[in-house]
Amino acid sequence: MTTRRATAEPRWVRLLLTAVALGFLFLFLVLPLIAVFWEAFANGAQAYWEALQDGEAQSAMLLTLTIAALVLPFNIAFGVAAAWAIAKFEFRGKSLLTTLIDLPFAVSPVVAGLIFIILFGAQGFFGEWLAAHDIKIIFALPGMILATLFVTFPFVARELIPLMQAQGRDEEEAAVSLGASGWQMFWRVTLPNIKWGLMYGVILANARAMGEFGAVSVVSGHIRGETNTLPLHVEILYNEYNQIGAFASATVLALLGLVTLVAKTIVEWRMRRETEMLTADLPPEKTELPPSVATERP
Amino acid sequence: MFPAAAKPDAVLPGFRLGLGYTLTYLTLLVLIPLAGMILIAGQLSWADFWATATSERAAASYRVTFGASFGAAAVNALFGLIVAWVLVRYPFPGKRFVDALVDLPFALPTAVAGITLATLYAENGWVGQHLAKLGLKVAFTPLGIVVALIFVTLPFVVRTLQPVIEDIEAEVEEAAATLGATRWQTFTRVLLPGIFPAWLTGFTLAFSRAIGEFGSVIFIAGNMPLISEITPLLIISKLEQYDILGATALAVVMLVISFVMLLVINLLQWWTANRYSKGRDDEPSKAPGAVALAGARP
Repeated sequence: MTTRRATAEPRWVRLLLTAVALGFLFLFLVLPLIAVFWEAFANGAQAYWEALQDGEAQSAMLLTLTIAALVLPFNIAFGVAAAWAIAKFEFRGKSLLTTLIDLPFAVSPVVAGLIFIILFGAQGFFGEWLAAHDIKIIFALPGMILATLFVTFPFVARELIPLMQAQGRDEEEAAVSLGASGWQMFWRVTLPNIKWGLMYGVILANARAMGEFGAVSVVSGHIRGETNTLPLHVEILYNEYNQIGAFASATVLALLGLVTLVAKTIVEWRMRRETEMLTADLPPEKTELPPSVATERP
Repeated sequence: MFPAAAKPDAVLPGFRLGLGYTLTYLTLLVLIPLAGMILIAGQLSWADFWATATSERAAASYRVTFGASFGAAAVNALFGLIVAWVLVRYPFPGKRFVDALVDLPFALPTAVAGITLATLYAENGWVGQHLAKLGLKVAFTPLGIVVALIFVTLPFVVRTLQPVIEDIEAEVEEAAATLGATRWQTFTRVLLPGIFPAWLTGFTLAFSRAIGEFGSVIFIAGNMPLISEITPLLIISKLEQYDILGATALAVVMLVISFVMLLVINLLQWWTANRYSKGRDDEPSKAPGAVALAGARP
C-alpha cells in the first residue's frame, strides 16, 4: 500500500469517485432493471401469469425464437468464412472488406428495414414480380428474417477476425502438412481454438436478433398473432395502455438480456483463463507446437 | 474489387471458399440493398431531394437527433471516464458484478429500455416525480430522448477506456510524482493526454450509435413534429404515408452520415493504435479497436 501512495488519490477522492460511478450506474442500469419486474408484478403474480399465457404473447415469443433460429446459422457460417479468409490470408482490399463488414452496425435500424421495403415492397424493385408470383416478403416472415440478418450480420465475424489473427496460421499449417484434409483441420484444429470467441459472437448476435425492434418494425406490418415479434408485441400493448401485459412480455426479454450477460461473462472468463494457461504453462519455445495437434498425432 | 490473390506460398485450404462465401453474402445482403436505396433516391431530381432533405420538419429532426445524441455522448464521456477509472483502479465489493452489468444496454432489447425509462421518468414515475418538483419535465420532451440515449450508449466510453487505463504503466505516474507533480497535475497533464484518443473514440462510437437509435427513443420522446421527433421516426412516418421517395431521401442523408462516422471511427482507432504502440513494439496494444459499434470485445 505504502509503495503507491504518491500515485494514488486521497481517500476522500476515491470514495467520492466510487460513489459517483456507482450512483450513475444505479440510476441508469439497476433502477430500470428493477422497474421492469416491478411494473410487471404491479397487479400480482396472477395477473402477470395471465398476461404471459395470452395467445398473442405466446405466438410473438414463438416468432422471435423462430427468427433467431433461422438467422443465426447463416451469420455463423458467414462469420467463420469471413474470418478465415481475412485472418489467415493476405489479399488486396482486405481493409476495405473489413470496413464493409462493419457497415450494418453503422446503419440505423430503420434504414436497414427501409432498404428491404425498397427492394421487395409493393412499390419496390421486385414488387410487381413478387405480387405476380404470389410471394410475400415484406409484412411477412422472409422480410423480418432479412432485416434481422442485416442487423446481426457483423457480430460473429467481428469477434473471430482479431482472435484468428492473433492465433496465426502455424497450427493449421502443421495440421495440413501432417496430412489433414481441409475439413479435418477445421474441425480438429481451428474450431477448438475459436470455440469461445465463436460462442461470444453467437451470444451477442442472438441477443440482438431476439431483441431487434427498429428494423423488424419497419418490415413487419404488425399483424397480430402473425408478424409480431416479442419486442413489437411489447410496443403494441404499451401503446394500448396495457401496462401489465407490456411489462410482463418485457420481463421475458429482460431475462433474455440477463441470461446473455451471464453467458457472456462466463465465456469471457473462460477465454481469459485459456489465454493465461497458454502463456503461463508453456515456455516460449514450446508454444510453437500446438497442443491440439500434438495430442492427436498417432 | 477483391482480386483473389492469396500468397503464392499459402498451404492452407479454403481461401476461395471463405472469400467467395463472404463476398457473395455481403453483396446480396448488404451491398445490393444499399445500392438499391441509392438508385431509388436517384429517381428524385436534385432539387426535390434537396427540398425533402432540408424541409423544416426534416431540419428540426436533425437538430433533435444530433443535439440529443451529442448530449448523451457527452454525459457518457464524463461519467464513463469516472466509471472506467473506478472499475480499473479502486477495489470495492461486488466489482466483478458491476463490471458485467455495464454491458446491460447491449443485452437488453431497446423496446424494453424504452417503455421502462418512459415509465420511470413520467411525471408520476420513480424518478420523474422528484424531477417534477424541481420543475424538470423529462419524459415526452427532448430531454427524455437524451435519457434514453444515455442508457443505450452507456457501455461505449467505459469499454474503450478500461483497457487503456489498465495499460498505463506505473512508472509514468511515479515519474510525475517524483518530479513534484500533484495528483491532479499528473492526471490532467500526463494521464489524460495518454487516454485522450481512446476517450474520443468512445465518445464517437456512442454518438454514432445514438444517431441511428430508434426503439428506446420513441416511447419516451413524445414524438412531436419539430420538437421531439427524431429522424428515424420521420422516415417511418413518411413510409406510413406511402411516401417512399421522401423516406428514401432522408435515409440517404442518414446513410451518408453513417459512412462519415464510420470513417471518423476508423481514423480515430488508427490514431489510438499508433499512440499506444509507440515505443512498445514488444507488446501488441490492447487498446485499438477494442469496441465495435454494437458490442464490446473481451
